[in-house]
Amino acid sequence: MESIIQIDQLTKRFPVGAGEFTALKDIRLEFQKGEFTGFVGPSGSGKTTLLNIIGSLDTPTEGEVTVLGQSIAHLTHKQSAKLRNQHLGFIFQTYNLFPVYTVYENVEFALLLQHMPAAERHKAVLDALEWVGLTDKIKSRPDQLSGGEGQRVAIARAMVKRPAIMLADEPTANLDSKNSHHILQTMVRLNQELKTTFLFATHDEKVMGYLRRIISLEDGRVVKDEALAPQGQAGA
Amino acid sequence: MIQFLFKGIIRDKNRSVLPVIVISIGVFLTVLFSAWFKGIFSDMINVNANFSTGHVKIMTRAYADNADQMPNDLALLGAGELIDSLNTAFPTLEWVERTNFGGLIDIADANGDTRAQGMAMGQAIDFLTPGTREPERMNIPASIVKGGLPTQAGEALISNDFAERFHVKIGDPVTLFGSTMNGGMAFANFTVAGTVRFGMRALDRGAILIDITDAQAALDMADAAGEILGFFKDGQYDAEQALQVKTAFNAKYEADTDEFAPLMLRLNDQKGLDEYLKMANYISGIMTFIFILAMSIVLWNTGLLGGLRRYNEFGIRLAMGEEKKHIYRSLIIESILIGTIGSVVGTLLGLVAAFYLQEYGINFGSAIQGGGMMMPEVFRADISPESFYIGFIPGLLSMVLGNALSGIGIYKRRTAVLFKELSV
Repeated sequence: MESIIQIDQLTKRFPVGAGEFTALKDIRLEFQKGEFTGFVGPSGSGKTTLLNIIGSLDTPTEGEVTVLGQSIAHLTHKQSAKLRNQHLGFIFQTYNLFPVYTVYENVEFALLLQHMPAAERHKAVLDALEWVGLTDKIKSRPDQLSGGEGQRVAIARAMVKRPAIMLADEPTANLDSKNSHHILQTMVRLNQELKTTFLFATHDEKVMGYLRRIISLEDGRVVKDEALAPQGQAGA
Repeated sequence: MIQFLFKGIIRDKNRSVLPVIVISIGVFLTVLFSAWFKGIFSDMINVNANFSTGHVKIMTRAYADNADQMPNDLALLGAGELIDSLNTAFPTLEWVERTNFGGLIDIADANGDTRAQGMAMGQAIDFLTPGTREPERMNIPASIVKGGLPTQAGEALISNDFAERFHVKIGDPVTLFGSTMNGGMAFANFTVAGTVRFGMRALDRGAILIDITDAQAALDMADAAGEILGFFKDGQYDAEQALQVKTAFNAKYEADTDEFAPLMLRLNDQKGLDEYLKMANYISGIMTFIFILAMSIVLWNTGLLGGLRRYNEFGIRLAMGEEKKHIYRSLIIESILIGTIGSVVGTLLGLVAAFYLQEYGINFGSAIQGGGMMMPEVFRADISPESFYIGFIPGLLSMVLGNALSGIGIYKRRTAVLFKELSV
């Protein structure tokens, strides 16, 4: 297996008033290529903070986080933007699609940032939309989509650039059960066929059913790290 | 990418139509009011020019030294020949004779005995030459209270207050007593053709307006005039051009040491008008500046709100790997685009409205009590070269500054903090 993320003695503190709040404390983790892993725990346990640091949206206060061989703490803004642009995909709870652009254009935007030639870009966008089963919606605007469709567009937008790592923060929180399973199955398929590493922040039981590794966080500390056979895939 | 962003601007009315409308309105008001402020001050200058100073004025040197005393004994001789040469040398100006004088107006009773007398200021202009523009230039037709303009020799206009005080009616005879240009006693009879309101207390108490030929006859000033005034034919005073005309004219008489040699002065050179012009420009500049500042704050705020409203979008773009400086640059390009479109639309609308006001003006006649020849009732705009670009200051500059300021937030905040603020 190929190790793509290493976290060593990570501590993250935020200033609060005159003092500080410790969001993460002495985290030590390692992730291999192709993992389908979730951070679980109650609100305030540090799931999103950890995801943000891995996604180079934030930096450690102490310790070392290395993603695809790059130390997050030492990246310049330009370097971290490049890392996100080329290797990381984000999926958000609220989809966060651009409301004035069509489904096609929302997905295309990720590739525009990579300056991909138009013909290549067109093919990649259609492929991504085919992956998530939305080729019939390419001209629709986000407000014309259902919640499940919106999240599938968000997945297509994240995966169109074929990132090595997908970071999903509560991706099913706004979806009903049927759509949640549909989305998760799409992610599993991506994980298996493209070997994309998925890291989730979640407290949704449905998501946990698909995970192959669950890392439990409590008050910023890892309290359990267990590998398991996914239930949801089998059951879905 | 630019095309992609442009699509977004077009489709998002909050990013395009709304700011363009706000900017257009702001720029429209800026252009219109700056032109109008300028027009009001220009009107005041024009009143002075039309009534007294001309755009340029020729007098003898001796007359110029004592101009306040209206010394007709120092008047220009050979005025007709001088005007002919001026028309040839400076065809962009219209040249007219004027003579100012003082005197006594005597009103007789039915028996021809003196019923009343009053001091009067007098001015002689060209009333009778066909096509003369002098009455309109001095706003006389609009200032007539009773009667009409003199249509033949021997007719006069007198101030309405004077006429009412001495119960003078239209058609009554009055006698002007004064002095000839040689110092002798002059008297001449006139028929009152009309009464006028000057809008200036001293003149309304007693003044008489007669034709220049009548004045020349009455004051023994054959082919003489106290002053020759020059007016640019487009009606607009141009200080630079006036200076060129003045310099060229005076150069011809530079070697002449005669105190009766003609001397040309610009409007600026007379009656402290240079100071007044500077003051008018200064005040007009301050008013325009205050207006631009107010509009700038409004439009700045529009830019600021536009930028802040899009923090969510910026957060997503950052997460997708777009660089901060790229986002910042696209924000500025958008604001330049929106600011330019709004400024162009606003400037065009402002110029159309200003042009209308320049041509027709707004008549405040009912609001201005005692308005008359010296106080214009119609206030007009004045479109100048600055009208074409002044709207771009609030329209473009403020919009870009507003966006630039809101965009600085992208730089100031660390990515994760911004991300958290966005609730992404």
